[in-house]
Amino acid sequence: MPLRTPLYDTHVQAGAKMVEFAGWEMPVQYAGILAEHDTVRRRAGLFDVSHMGEVVFRGPKALEALSRVFTNDLSKTVDGQAQYGCLCRDSGGIVDDVVVYRRAADDLLVCVNAANRQKDHEWLAAHAGGADVKNESDDWAQLALQGPLAAQVLQRLTKVNLSAIRTYRFSSGEVAGVPCIVARTGYTGEDGFELFCPPDRARALWAALVEAGEPEQVAPAGLGARDSLRLEMAYRLYGSDMDDSTTPLEAGLAWVVKLDKGDFVGRAALVKQKEAGLTRKLVGFVLTDPGIARHGYPVLQDGRKVGQVTSGTKSPSLGTSIGLAYVPTALAAEGSTFAVEIRGRAAAARVVKTPFYTRS
Amino acid sequence: MDFPEDLRYTREHEWARKKGSNFVVGITDFAQQQLGDVVYVELPGVGDPVKKGESFGVVESTKAVSELFAPVSGKVVEVNEPLSDAPETVNDDPYEEGWMIVIEPSDPKELESLMDAKAYRAFVEEHE
Repeated sequence: MPLRTPLYDTHVQAGAKMVEFAGWEMPVQYAGILAEHDTVRRRAGLFDVSHMGEVVFRGPKALEALSRVFTNDLSKTVDGQAQYGCLCRDSGGIVDDVVVYRRAADDLLVCVNAANRQKDHEWLAAHAGGADVKNESDDWAQLALQGPLAAQVLQRLTKVNLSAIRTYRFSSGEVAGVPCIVARTGYTGEDGFELFCPPDRARALWAALVEAGEPEQVAPAGLGARDSLRLEMAYRLYGSDMDDSTTPLEAGLAWVVKLDKGDFVGRAALVKQKEAGLTRKLVGFVLTDPGIARHGYPVLQDGRKVGQVTSGTKSPSLGTSIGLAYVPTALAAEGSTFAVEIRGRAAAARVVKTPFYTRS
Repeated sequence: MDFPEDLRYTREHEWARKKGSNFVVGITDFAQQQLGDVVYVELPGVGDPVKKGESFGVVESTKAVSELFAPVSGKVVEVNEPLSDAPETVNDDPYEEGWMIVIEPSDPKELESLMDAKAYRAFVEEHE
């Protein structure tokens, strides 16, 4: 039986098409993926992301303990700051990619992928290092208001001064009377906010946001648009672009791996991999032949399979056919060419710089 | 949802319309709604053979790839080329401008085995 967020009925009433994703019954689209994608890029879209999980580290050892299982450097953050990074196995393989919200050195909230709620909690609890580690996934709903007009709309509903919250910072306060963590984070490449609130208040918060956004024609957006928006930014999706068998270095996430910050789980393996040199890398590509690359399609060089597509779509903003793929390091440089096998046909592809889409 | 009376329908949600001695083929209103925004259509070339019940191309939405199945056997005599630049036509007008191919049937009687509008409507309502 798939799980449902507190907003399930709201989505169904709004005419959403529901699909199963990571064990959850989620809205994939309302008006249509392309329209919702466009709404987020031009105005603002409202997402229900309550399926995401939250694991909290508390106590005097919290910061130190979490630092030992997190690839990025939390000592560089201040209270009220969020940081993206990975949890790695000893092998360097990625347990999950997460965002840590540092409320205080003794109170850090780890936002984890829906499919990994239990796995991450078990992993983190096993590496608690004296901290109190709690799975609070069922205690939070999460709404994301994303797009250039998000701040304008949200400000109408809250006394929290949004202009004082910079990207990847957060505050807390009431939004439409609902107590929230108000974070300037997101997964779309646009300005926007993620609101963490009590599940029993999620419907009220959603309704208030929809109403407040009427002048700007803010509209609900589903997982379909969330996926095309994130892919235009080349944001990785756990389970598609990376998993326990890929390392952050291979996945192009070296920028969130701080090998010189002190020891952490997976560090030794990552140091070793870096010294030995990578054999494959995740790259962004465009198809120069007709077609759309999809997850799992083979990457070919001289007719031989040398890699695999992990994500692909026709970019709604750019009109081009874009994707991410693991390729041998020799093919990873910008401008390199290879083929993607689409239904037995070899479609030409070229490695390009990411993000594919840049905000104007 | 629209189920034009003058068409015949497959269980895979294609439609066929008689045009002279040939059949125009596309996907149904129900199919385009299920797919969502169509962003890519891959069709055979003129002269290619098609076989009833077998794949003759694909239609792709933002999220998914779906095969197209020939309602009758025969030879492709016309292809809706504008769809390659304007695949959204399949959503906007599935029964007219969004047609896909014209088949010169090898056995015109095959059309009789397809569902009429009433049967197809019942089929969709049962499977929705």
